[in-house]
Amino acid sequence: MTTAATELEPTVTSQSNSYGRRVTEPNRGDRTYRAALTMLAWVLPVVLLAMVAELSVNAWPAVTKFGWGFVFKSTWNPVTEVYGAAPLIFGTLASSALALLIAVPLALSAAIFLTEFAPPWVRSPLGFLVELLAAVPSVVYGVWGVFVLIPLLRFVVPPLKAVLGWLPFFQGAFYGNSMLAGGIILAIMVVPYVAAVSREVLGAVPGTQREAALALGATRWEAVRMAVLPYGRPGIIGAIMLGLGRALGETMAVTMVIGNRHDISLSVLQPGYTMAAAIANEFSEATTPMYLSALFELGLVLFVITILVNALARLFIWRIAPGRAVGSRAL
Amino acid sequence: MTGTVAVLSAVCVLPLALIFGYLVAKGATSLNLDFFIHGPVPVGQTGGGVANAIVGSLITVGLAAAIGVPVGIGAGVFLAEYGSGRLGWTVRFVADVLNGTPSIIIGIFAWTWIVRRAGHFSAYAGAIALAVILVPVVARTTEEMVRLVPHSLREAALALGYPRWRASLGVVLRTALAGVATGALVGVARIAGETAPLLFTALGNLNFTTNINEPMQSLPLQIYTYATGPDQEWHRLAWASALVLIILVFGLALVARRIARRRYGSA
Repeated sequence: MTTAATELEPTVTSQSNSYGRRVTEPNRGDRTYRAALTMLAWVLPVVLLAMVAELSVNAWPAVTKFGWGFVFKSTWNPVTEVYGAAPLIFGTLASSALALLIAVPLALSAAIFLTEFAPPWVRSPLGFLVELLAAVPSVVYGVWGVFVLIPLLRFVVPPLKAVLGWLPFFQGAFYGNSMLAGGIILAIMVVPYVAAVSREVLGAVPGTQREAALALGATRWEAVRMAVLPYGRPGIIGAIMLGLGRALGETMAVTMVIGNRHDISLSVLQPGYTMAAAIANEFSEATTPMYLSALFELGLVLFVITILVNALARLFIWRIAPGRAVGSRAL
Repeated sequence: MTGTVAVLSAVCVLPLALIFGYLVAKGATSLNLDFFIHGPVPVGQTGGGVANAIVGSLITVGLAAAIGVPVGIGAGVFLAEYGSGRLGWTVRFVADVLNGTPSIIIGIFAWTWIVRRAGHFSAYAGAIALAVILVPVVARTTEEMVRLVPHSLREAALALGYPRWRASLGVVLRTALAGVATGALVGVARIAGETAPLLFTALGNLNFTTNINEPMQSLPLQIYTYATGPDQEWHRLAWASALVLIILVFGLALVARRIARRRYGSA
């Protein structure tokens, strides 16, 4: 420990103050260290503020010109410079809802299986596979969606339509690129997030909850249903909302399969469009200032929605697992 | 019931097998030396490669990591060491908000902030956009990892007369280094696959370039262009590039897991 002793030297020799003051008052190195870290930490809020400011300033012309009509009207015409984003907002919400409808049962099953039932030799590899699924880049999902999923759907949908064609959700001709394709791709992408976070949440449920239920004579499944799930409910809701946040903002894969048409249709077989996809597709074509501004307002609306969803998600999750950076493992 | 849950869990990972299977089946045959050392050829001709995209990806992501990882680690250490106050709460919340921000929004933000001001598309604008995504990921994982370090270690260092900053850097952060590195790698793996932030910043480039002041190609951009184009030859290259990208990303994820495992047992 000789090196440690020599390194101590500056602190020991600079004993100009009384001992008590030196303990409470940090030396120059400490102050510098803290200042440097604080500066780096400030980068995050500054970037967020800059982002909100840039989006707002650029969106302002469209906000003042179209008012609430931007959100509620459905004409999107760059030629006449009229922009109503209702179909985009509808498409974003509908595709995400469809995705959650498919993803949530699957992801929750995986989380329950992994925390409660899976033998240890399955747990680790299966958990890892689910996490790998989260690591697949969006554009790769898109490639797969375009060349595998859509041809597959063209094959599967006609018989499905023969059976369920009377429902409003299965109307119209099916060409491939559709809300359904977008929803399925989004579902695949959202599953790992919801599964990973629910898994963390269920893992944070105290063992005594389970044991109490088991001691009362419940089967393992009953213990999950009656003790573990109710206890973890806020966290699971949070996990689902976190997945929702992901789905709302997902861009590339959706753009590639959803059809990109400014239309509101209840039928999942029809093409749709999302806010993120519209920005990705039209941003480089936006030649007039008002067109660009409309796209920025789109970005702002999307941003506000995702912030709200994510903030709510954290609040729910923190009720079960306080202060955790939940989901960091799934990133 | 257990059976149902197990089957549904298997359904969850089925897409992974399908996607990886198709990538290998459709992309592996195109992976030859030419693919890695040549740039694109004019539309209609066969052959050509993605050397410009691979090098472009390495440069853009490397630059983003060089900017984002130090800032992220610094912010993370701040959160763990001094993050109990109001600033800590704010930074933590902001990091989570940024983490959930759609990457396309970060893309258009970087466009107004950097590209429009500079007057031209550039790789560094893309790198900064990617860094904005990277920082919160690294910050939050760093915080968690630093918090895992037992208090006794820090106290021992302080008892030996270390000033706080040395205890923090030399003992605490060093102990947490494996975890921090894992977090950084996971973050880098994520930004390596990002397309949306690069669409209006790095833009893409058919030519080979290493100048970060110019538009630069990258694998995700190239895959997007090729997959959405009409040309069969492009589709073939899209599959192959996607395979390369996913091997890159999974490789990073595996290395990260390795490091975490060696240090913390099963992760």
